[in-house]
Amino acid sequence: MTNDVRNILLAGVGGQGILLASELLAEVLLLAGYDVKKSEIHGMSQRGGSVTSHVRYGSNVLSPLIKQGDADILFGFELLETYRYLPMLRRGGDVFANNQSILPAPVAIGTAEYPHEIQNKIRHACPDTHFVDGLTLACQSGHPRTVNMVLLGALSTALNIPHTLWNETITEKVPQQLLQENQFAFQLGRNSQAMTPETI
Amino acid sequence: MAKRLMSGNAAIARGAYEAGVKVASAYPGTPSTEILENLINYLAVDASWAPNEKVALEVGIGASFGGVRALVTMKHVGVNVAADPLFTLSYIGVRGGLVLACADDPEMHSSQNEQDSRNYAKFAKVPMFEPADSEEARAFTRLAFDVSEQFDTPVMLRSNTRISHGKSIVNPQEPVAELPQAGLVRDPAKMVMLPANARNRHPLVEQRIVDLEAWACEQPFNRVETGSGKVGVITAGIAYQYARQALPQAHILKLGMVYPLPKQLILDFAARCDTLYVIEELDPFIEEQIRAMGIRVIGKELIPICGELTPERLETALFGTKPDAAVIHSESLPGRPPNMCAGCSHRGVFLTLKRLGAYVTGDIGCYTLGFLPPLSAMDTCVCMGAGISNATGLIKAVPEQERHKVVGVMGDSTFLHTGINSLIDMIYNGGRGTVILLDNRITAMTGRQENPGSGYTLAGIESPPIDLQALCRVLGVKHVQMIDPYDLTQTEQVVQQEMARPELSVVIAKRPCILDRRHGPEPAPPLKVIEEQCSACKICMKLGCPALTWQQEHNTPKAHIDPQLCSGCKLCQQLCKFTAIEVHND
Ligand SMILES: Cc1ncc(C[n+]2csc(CCOP(=O)(O)OP(=O)(O)O)c2C)c(N)n1
Repeated sequence: MTNDVRNILLAGVGGQGILLASELLAEVLLLAGYDVKKSEIHGMSQRGGSVTSHVRYGSNVLSPLIKQGDADILFGFELLETYRYLPMLRRGGDVFANNQSILPAPVAIGTAEYPHEIQNKIRHACPDTHFVDGLTLACQSGHPRTVNMVLLGALSTALNIPHTLWNETITEKVPQQLLQENQFAFQLGRNSQAMTPETI
Repeated sequence: MAKRLMSGNAAIARGAYEAGVKVASAYPGTPSTEILENLINYLAVDASWAPNEKVALEVGIGASFGGVRALVTMKHVGVNVAADPLFTLSYIGVRGGLVLACADDPEMHSSQNEQDSRNYAKFAKVPMFEPADSEEARAFTRLAFDVSEQFDTPVMLRSNTRISHGKSIVNPQEPVAELPQAGLVRDPAKMVMLPANARNRHPLVEQRIVDLEAWACEQPFNRVETGSGKVGVITAGIAYQYARQALPQAHILKLGMVYPLPKQLILDFAARCDTLYVIEELDPFIEEQIRAMGIRVIGKELIPICGELTPERLETALFGTKPDAAVIHSESLPGRPPNMCAGCSHRGVFLTLKRLGAYVTGDIGCYTLGFLPPLSAMDTCVCMGAGISNATGLIKAVPEQERHKVVGVMGDSTFLHTGINSLIDMIYNGGRGTVILLDNRITAMTGRQENPGSGYTLAGIESPPIDLQALCRVLGVKHVQMIDPYDLTQTEQVVQQEMARPELSVVIAKRPCILDRRHGPEPAPPLKVIEEQCSACKICMKLGCPALTWQQEHNTPKAHIDPQLCSGCKLCQQLCKFTAIEVHND
């Protein structure tokens, strides 16, 4: 059996739209011809709790769950959650991290502390982390709610999937009246990772 | 038809539709809820929410009596509630095929226990299928209806969180073309389970299991994957995926039907292996039956019995290896527990209960989050409906001077599920507890489903909403008080008064769920903290509202309200003694 399966772990906070983002990601991978599985938890954890979604793709995916230390990409929507799930990353894995902090309840009420200098901690663990100013870019697109689209745009630079397939998926999944801002947000995210040639 | 990515729940709905299901009934429960929410989109199916799982199954049975195919869905603990009709249905069998899909929750991501539903199949003597991905969820559901009719038996389909809420590729098929005619048929020997009739049915049930067992040996859903060497694995469901991945060389007997087990197939398979593992999540259900066949296997002495069987847990069990991660944290990170939403109608009630020092016998729903700090106002939680009956028993047990402290609390959906029976008991037997019903008009915890108090059905059709106040009165409760949980003064005054009353009283806290799109409040402007007036007393932080944070970085720390999150419910404003919180108008 070929072992070509790649693993992307999405992590963030309930309410950030992680499930929608992983939905788009899984659909685009299907369109690109991969076997795809994704797994996540609904329910309790959606109420502001910590949320992850596992996306695995390749020629034949068995387990829907990524093993600890096996994620090729950690795709973090919030800094503490990105940091929390770093142990899921394989050696040499990539991190895409949204530069946003959302205080968990124990921190908000003053009974726990949010880790200090968390970006440095993430960078210390994974020097090549791609930090993305999701909210700033989303505001540029005219719609603060398009943060996940910005983040997907950034992530897309690490995946070898033609831009046209992304476009097709976004057009299919995003409501017509929000399509333009979402496409723009995706492009802003993509451009934010300057090293990528814009032609693919 | 084009292949599609589907969740297991969507795939079960698809399979039911393909099988020509006409009637579906369910009570919501994670991770099973979306089966019916998907099925309602297929116009040929009459799908509805029942007030509880027993009713759902009985509705399904009625439809089967009428000759149509019926699907009933629930979470694992729902089967406990539906067990009574299930066991007798096993004797009766079916006219139209009947499938009970139940979804287990190993690891208890959203449940109060992790019972293994496979035991019900054996206990009730009905066959059970267990899919390993979404495509099998579709195909097995469809097949289950044929099996139900062919063997005259209800059939169970067991999913779990990973199958139900995972997505994988499905190949949808065309629905079946023709199905038997529906209509009234009298068949008392089969359908009237008096002792005399039931005695005749029981031997048929025993024979049915024998027949199914032999038949299952020949069916493609129980398949052998030939590997190399002498190591074999018997497995089923999601555990198959982890086992296949961990042991790529092994021979695998993958069971699609987990009850009854295909004995001859297992004996033949075992004969080819020197080492035989049984890899299954939760109970040693397959393992014990195989041991009883006289076969030596390795099972739960290695594979954990508690929690989910994740790929790393399996590999640690099999090989003793630990994951090799790039990063291992040395510091402990602040947790991120779930929380009631900003503007949740339950928050004010729990703040009040905490302030009054109530001993709260609670129940299951969004309001169970009232257990978490800083509200910390729930003392017991057992199962749906127990909030009131636990209060009844507790009051009988404790000394007189403690009795007034006991308050039974539950949500509207929970009350209509089984809580109403508990209230009837309290009324009937002279109980004197205080009961609070948290009426947010919907079944919020599982994703805001309609219930008999909502005024709408699953299909979105209007229906008469049950009036809880009138209902409690007519049951015989003398003191029924309505409160608005956004009004803290009224809430505290009424709850205090009813706790002190040496008689039974019901307080109904009525306020739609902030996320309820039908009844939810008009968006209100957010509030803000006037920093100069904030005395840093932190009283507002006792609400545990996600919109309120404590700004520690300031030289003089202050409360802060996130205008994006604030719903304008004004609870914090009512608590503030320094008028430091006001409506944010700009
Ligand atoms: C027997 C059983 N069936 C279903 C569930 C799943 N479940 C947990 S809470 C809940 C509904 C709670 O609704 P409600 O009482 O209205 O409270 P809310 O969440 O709206 O606050 C359900 C369906 C369960 N735990 N047990």
